Amino acid sequence: MTEEKAKLIMEEISKRFEKINDLKELNDYKVEQLGKKGKITELQAGIRDAVNKKEYGMLVNKVKNHFNELYEEKMKLLEEVELKKKLESEKIDITLPSKKIRRGTKHPMTLTIEKIEDLFVSMGYDVVDGPELETDEYCFERLNLPKDHPARDMQDSFYITEDKLLRTQTSAVQARYMKSKSEPEPIRIIVPGKTYRRDDDATHAPQFGQIEGLVIDKKENNVSLADLKGTLEIFARTMLGDDLDIRFRPSYFPFTEPSYEVDVTCFKCHGKGCNLCKDTGWIEVFAAGMVHPNVLRDNGYDPEVWGGFAFGPGWDRITMFKYGIPDIRLMYQNDVRFLNQFDRKDD
Amino acid sequence: MILSRNFIKEYIDIDDNLSIQDIAEDMTRVGNEYDYAGSLVNCTKLVVGKIIKCIDHPDSDHLHVCDVDIGTEVLQIVCGAPNAREGITVIVALVGAKLPGGEIKKGKIRGVESNGMLCSKAELGLDNKFLTEEDKNGIHELPEGTKLGMSAIEALGLNDEVIDFELTSNRGDELSILGLAYELGAIYDKKVKDIDLSYKEESDSIKGKFNVDVKTDKCSLFLAKKIVNVTIKESPDFIKNRLIACNIRPINNVVDISNYVMLETGQPLHFYDADSLGDTLVVRMANENEKLTTLDNEERTLSNSDIVIANKNNAVGLAGVMGGLDTEVENTTKNIIIESAIFDAASIRKTSKKILRSEASNRFEKGLDPNRTYMAIERSCALLEKYASAKILKDTIIYDNIDKENKIINITVDDINNVLGTNIDKKEIISIFNRLGFDVEDKNSIIVSVPKRRLDISIKEDLIEEIGRIYGINNIKGKLPKLGIRRGTFDKTTRNIKNKMVNLGLSEVLTQIFINPSDGKKYTNDDFEVVKLLDPLSIEKAALRYTLVPSLMKVYDYNKSHGFKDLAIFEIGKGFYLKENTYGEDKKLCALLSGDYFYQVGNNIKFDFYVVKGIVEELLDYLGYKNRYTFTIPNNIALEFHPGVYADINLQGKKIGFIGKLHPSIAKEDVFIFEINLDELLNNRTSKIKYKDIPKYLGMEKDVAFVVDKSISNEEIVKVINKAGGRLLTNVNVFDIYKGDKIDNNCVSIAYKLTFTDINKTLTDEEVMEVFNKIIASVTTKFNAKLRDN
Repeated sequence: MTEEKAKLIMEEISKRFEKINDLKELNDYKVEQLGKKGKITELQAGIRDAVNKKEYGMLVNKVKNHFNELYEEKMKLLEEVELKKKLESEKIDITLPSKKIRRGTKHPMTLTIEKIEDLFVSMGYDVVDGPELETDEYCFERLNLPKDHPARDMQDSFYITEDKLLRTQTSAVQARYMKSKSEPEPIRIIVPGKTYRRDDDATHAPQFGQIEGLVIDKKENNVSLADLKGTLEIFARTMLGDDLDIRFRPSYFPFTEPSYEVDVTCFKCHGKGCNLCKDTGWIEVFAAGMVHPNVLRDNGYDPEVWGGFAFGPGWDRITMFKYGIPDIRLMYQNDVRFLNQFDRKDD
Repeated sequence: MILSRNFIKEYIDIDDNLSIQDIAEDMTRVGNEYDYAGSLVNCTKLVVGKIIKCIDHPDSDHLHVCDVDIGTEVLQIVCGAPNAREGITVIVALVGAKLPGGEIKKGKIRGVESNGMLCSKAELGLDNKFLTEEDKNGIHELPEGTKLGMSAIEALGLNDEVIDFELTSNRGDELSILGLAYELGAIYDKKVKDIDLSYKEESDSIKGKFNVDVKTDKCSLFLAKKIVNVTIKESPDFIKNRLIACNIRPINNVVDISNYVMLETGQPLHFYDADSLGDTLVVRMANENEKLTTLDNEERTLSNSDIVIANKNNAVGLAGVMGGLDTEVENTTKNIIIESAIFDAASIRKTSKKILRSEASNRFEKGLDPNRTYMAIERSCALLEKYASAKILKDTIIYDNIDKENKIINITVDDINNVLGTNIDKKEIISIFNRLGFDVEDKNSIIVSVPKRRLDISIKEDLIEEIGRIYGINNIKGKLPKLGIRRGTFDKTTRNIKNKMVNLGLSEVLTQIFINPSDGKKYTNDDFEVVKLLDPLSIEKAALRYTLVPSLMKVYDYNKSHGFKDLAIFEIGKGFYLKENTYGEDKKLCALLSGDYFYQVGNNIKFDFYVVKGIVEELLDYLGYKNRYTFTIPNNIALEFHPGVYADINLQGKKIGFIGKLHPSIAKEDVFIFEINLDELLNNRTSKIKYKDIPKYLGMEKDVAFVVDKSISNEEIVKVINKAGGRLLTNVNVFDIYKGDKIDNNCVSIAYKLTFTDINKTLTDEEVMEVFNKIIASVTTKFNAKLRDN
């Protein structure tokens, strides 16, 4: 083989590669050239009869290298084309609906209490609960509400026996918790729970929620009304709005003395007056006061040594205010269109 | 209690510049809430006019066209009242006047111009009980000579302002104008004026002519006075108007005076017709089933817990609640016995709750000041002499067994400031007590003498409240209680369970615990008695649920009826029971699932037993109970469930709940329910997460399919596989179930993927095959199973 002959073969190879358009053709051509009976294979075999073996070998290698180079190049090109075709054929309609993963929701009452629990736990309070079927003793008598006390009228109860009733107030847990201590010790608790009274109308459900708060400490630590006020301020602001103020109105509850009803700046009109606050600029949210000495005494805490405060907002009320729910009955109806509105984080 | 501004002026001077709303707000700040504060009659532009000409309307058979002189001009007004006529003095609502019925506009009535309206009392918004038949049927006629053009409300004597208070139950003292005056006196630092108690006594004495016999300790003070020769007539205007302002209907001068004195002093009085009564009054407990017809003409049946007033023969009054019909003061009455007394508050409360609530009982229930009992009888004599020409017999019959001493309480400045968190000095504290009308001795501590009218004050804390109230509780700056380093705790598990349920796609609901007693035993075969309420709101809410299923079924039915059938809901709440005479309650998690779980075009995943079982397993595994629970078929399945699609959920062999599909007779759609008793479940401790070494050597997998009789459960087979597989078998997984042509009709093929691992080395084929063959042998022998080869 001469240099010219090799050149001719290489030109022919180049031309042939240019015509190849798919991988099969490319593969066929590889077999044609490098297969057992391939042309280049035969050229390689021709070295046995060559005169100048060294030169012959060099020329054949040159041809083979030329082939391989072009082959690789073409291969890469064709693979890219194939891949592109494949990808194009795999194109999807991204506007079709997704496979929906079902999302559950927590009841708004739960969302509210979790936020309240987090706040109070961070301030060192324990969250506790007690039985819903309570005794008259814990629900009333130990809370300075003896039988025949006129204030019992404020709480028409569901009795199941002379002595057992559905608790009318989470305050029942106050007495239970104090009694549960073998020795008096400081107390800081909140008690969220279900409570029951014989009422059923647009603003009262026979079942509703209360959140009781109780702080008791040695008198020398001076847990005062000012502490109660600060506590309710942070409570109201966390739940209803950072810019709100509170005001105390003296009131009367048998378990506290002094007792207060506590209003929060109307969060709808910010105190200007609107239909929600009946133009007063204030919304009643809490009942609160300093724990009555009789309550302390009756539950094993000497009122000369111990003192503290208690407070209780309506759990339903706080929830309705927070989310603007207009009717308490919506909360117990569980319409999916109601529940589904609480399906995301909101702070 | 209603405060009338005209009324209270008699007892305290309040700055005229203060509006009625200002006063109401100031009272609110010290603890007296109100419902309404404003004018007694809520109308504008009402003047006095005189009809100077009245002709029939040309186009109507009942309307009149009147020329009305209002002093400054004459207005033409069309009026339909039958009593409209020339010469009468009337109330004229001018154009633009606002009445409860709307605003008066200039207009034409059947073609005749009308510039206002002539009014009846009803149109002024007065309560029906204050209206006579004439008031209801025609326009009001004012006395001849009333100044034309003046305010008609003033001419009626109704130019008063009122505050309707909602008082707390401890402040019985404020159920009187005097009590409200003391409260205002403390707020505005004003003295309460004396009340006129003067009258002339006859030389004749009541003594010897009349006897009072108190036979029960439920009466601690009883005063009686006799007056003679009363003239019954209409009350003077000021009494009538003040009663109307306080929402009490004027009747005649004598009855009105008893009500007037009650409003002034808070002490209810009772007047008996002395001649019908006889010469004796007995205070005693009623006999069982004793009958009494009260003033409202109702026959009442009494019991021995009711206090009655009786004469020689029978009961003549229900003490503290209402008088009897027989001894009522009538238009013909000449002589009167006045009763002013104090009865046991708890007894009155019980009787009035049972029989009837009245203005009197409301006051007795809250307790009375004995000084006012004396004051009220004197005051009524003074008024009766003046306005009923009465002669008052000398002396008062007195039964007095009551403590009239003031309560003495010692308090220090520190006591007050420590509780309030304030820094009020002694001088200011004493000044506040003085404003409240409490006498004070300034020693080391402050010795406070609390007047009897303030029965709500008995301990130091009550005085602290008084100081806080008047000082202004909103002047206190808030702070937070001091406390050492302490982390609060809460029930994380319940929150975690809710989070897990929500993450699994379930929505939390909140239902009521009340159910119909007939549903009490449904959805369960557990052994218990249903808890029932003594006094339920309705039969639908007369019992308490044991399982939460009835509550969730209500939610399901509600949503289904609104077109929403895909439901995945859960609740954590209490279930109640009576077992062996003991009432109890358990915290339960209940879930109801129906319809689509996952949505995918053309291929939705529906809830079925296995999806729901997966949810239960996921929850239990998450809570740390992996491999400790089983599902078993109980002998006895509640009728409300599908007998073939139901299982008990057990933990360590003890039942903690169930999972099942509702019976088709209960629900047409496939509805799945599970319930877990969380109290039972969480009694079982779980371990903390502790790291274990990851296996260094890979496992080897082998597949095998057994064809077994349909009656054999997967669980049984897995048990045998596990036993035969021993230590090296680390996982058993079902990957295919086949029923069909290729195998026998009564059989099922279950295919398992078995994983073999040794933590110490890579297993050889031989080692695995040895165990694998042992498993195959065990299963085929035990269940007469065949291997499926294709």
